[in-house]
Amino acid sequence: MPSLHVAIIGAGIIGLSTAFELRSRGCEVTVIDPDPGQGASRAAAGMLAPAAETTWGHGILHELLGASNQAYPDFVQRIEQATGRRPDYLQNATLVVAAEPADRDALHELVQLQTSLGFSAQTLLPSAARRLEPALASNIAGAVRCAGDHQIDPRSVVAILAGHLDAQLVREPAVELLQRAGTTHAVRTGSGRIIEADQVVLAAGLGTVAGTPELPLRPVYGDIFRLQGPAGPRLLTHTVRGIVRRDPVYLVPRADGSLVLGASSREDGNEAVNIGQMHKLLDNARRLVPGIVDCSLNEVIARARPGTPDDRPLIGRLDDGMVLSTGYSRHGVLLTPFGSSLTADLVLSQPPHAEHARAVDPARFSGGSAPDPAGLSRAEPSRTDPSRLAPTRMELHP
Amino acid sequence: MQRSTQNTTETTAAADLTELDAVNDAFEVAGRSFGSRLILGTGGATSLSTLEQALALSGTELTTVSIRHYSAGGSASVYELLQRHGIAALPNTAGCFTARDAILTAHLAREALETNWVKLEVIADEHTLLPDPLELFAAAEQLVADGFEVFAYTNDDPALAARLQDAGVAAVMPAGAPIGSGLGILNPHNIATIVSRATVPVILDAGVGTASDAAKAMELGCDAVLLASAVTRAHNAPLMAAAMRDAVRAGRAARLAGRIPVRDTALASSPGEGMMQALIGDFS
Repeated sequence: MPSLHVAIIGAGIIGLSTAFELRSRGCEVTVIDPDPGQGASRAAAGMLAPAAETTWGHGILHELLGASNQAYPDFVQRIEQATGRRPDYLQNATLVVAAEPADRDALHELVQLQTSLGFSAQTLLPSAARRLEPALASNIAGAVRCAGDHQIDPRSVVAILAGHLDAQLVREPAVELLQRAGTTHAVRTGSGRIIEADQVVLAAGLGTVAGTPELPLRPVYGDIFRLQGPAGPRLLTHTVRGIVRRDPVYLVPRADGSLVLGASSREDGNEAVNIGQMHKLLDNARRLVPGIVDCSLNEVIARARPGTPDDRPLIGRLDDGMVLSTGYSRHGVLLTPFGSSLTADLVLSQPPHAEHARAVDPARFSGGSAPDPAGLSRAEPSRTDPSRLAPTRMELHP
Repeated sequence: MQRSTQNTTETTAAADLTELDAVNDAFEVAGRSFGSRLILGTGGATSLSTLEQALALSGTELTTVSIRHYSAGGSASVYELLQRHGIAALPNTAGCFTARDAILTAHLAREALETNWVKLEVIADEHTLLPDPLELFAAAEQLVADGFEVFAYTNDDPALAARLQDAGVAAVMPAGAPIGSGLGILNPHNIATIVSRATVPVILDAGVGTASDAAKAMELGCDAVLLASAVTRAHNAPLMAAAMRDAVRAGRAARLAGRIPVRDTALASSPGEGMMQALIGDFS
């Protein structure tokens, strides 16, 4: 039997990992992207922090984050086995630090929720936190240690997988999906090339292609720094996340001594790096880790996350020839093992985890009413009815 | 402008109100009428879905959005959400520290959202987020001249509130306490003074922490309450939105019903004196 040919639109961490997953399950793949890894994956810090990401009112999202985090060691190992290269994956712990007493109170209230969700979260006195990380400011108000919250450099995953799939990469924009009797069967690229496929996966983040329905996505921009740590001993060993007067900030120390400092969250429609957000991030980072001022600046960039109304991704079948996998909001890197595995299940018509598939089914937004908070009111995973969603004519990476 | 909620006339006029009338009395501002006296803000929600549920449960018909933080375009934006629920958008100038920036932002909002309503915020400093009175007044004066309906976020200063309404703003919005502090109404006397001298609607804005704060604002005679963090950052935002809806209604009804005077000594709720006299009368 000839193997299934799957065309994947989008070579960010989701598209590449989905291609890797499908290939390891015996498919032939083609990945279409004019500029692999240059979207949100390029900016993402790569915190794998389901506990520290816990917020009120997110229901089943936390279960997905936790499941994906648990799948990470195996995901990394399979990449290493297949490619001979190991992504920069660090199972260091995360310290969440509060600047002021009110920040600490908010942090400590979350610990109950984190623990009830099965995550590891331990409150620490400021003095105990400073013994773990002596670079923390002397005037922090409180801290929580999340032992299971790790990190990966998404750029290393993208570089390894893009190299591994180099022969399968078509470096062109996907401009149109071709359908026959309502079933997608091919992708037309910018040069006019037609790529026939048994199945098409749309994993283009915010990018859409002519022939796809309008999706409930919005750009949520993040500004993020990459810093070179000062000479001498490491500034930090833990990932440090902070709340400074209610604003979030994080510092992710890499194995090579560099640090990622992020990230803003803005919906102002401006693609360029925002000075005000940079100032606030630096100010808040310095409040928690005064030694940050000795770092040098390597890079600052802004990218848009593909946001959905409930922050859960949109993963589901759109027609008999097409599966959607986008809308990962601020959790794209963490949800990569979950999303690539579920997407492969859907492409190959293998039974997915039913409750998880329902939680991310794009059809949850096509009913016209306010979405269900827990995402549990739908009995069956269902297909998005394209007639309810107006077609758009936007190009991927215009 | 005729004001329907003056302190003294209010309770007299309210004497004949049924409960239904009290709950249904419309909130009139800038030539429009709203069924709800709760105005929400959108900042701080954990997701758009949570915000949507909170807005729906709150019953709000007017919601303020920061024009600097949310661009007007896009199909899945906060504006689309408001439109879908029939909620009017009140653009605000949050994040502006000078009259110049606030005026510019108001004009951008008018162009993008096709409304001449603006909630004017000119912040003095990052730490308190309190209004800068001088910049606020300068911006209000200019925006009124430019044809805006200005909803002026101000300190709880009766003198400044009076100056703003003389300058022609559509509503004065005194802060109960600093934005996001949840401290409630720090100076109820000042709020009551602003209300007693008001010729335009008074909307308590900022400081509300929980439902009783919103009820208190309405009991003091405010025409409406604006709040954001108290709902959007609550553990269960939709439930808190419902609590605020009920609190605003309860506070409004209590205001219209006319509360009893506060006394230093007890007075039994049962009419003891009358009963005794009646009994004595029978035996004499």
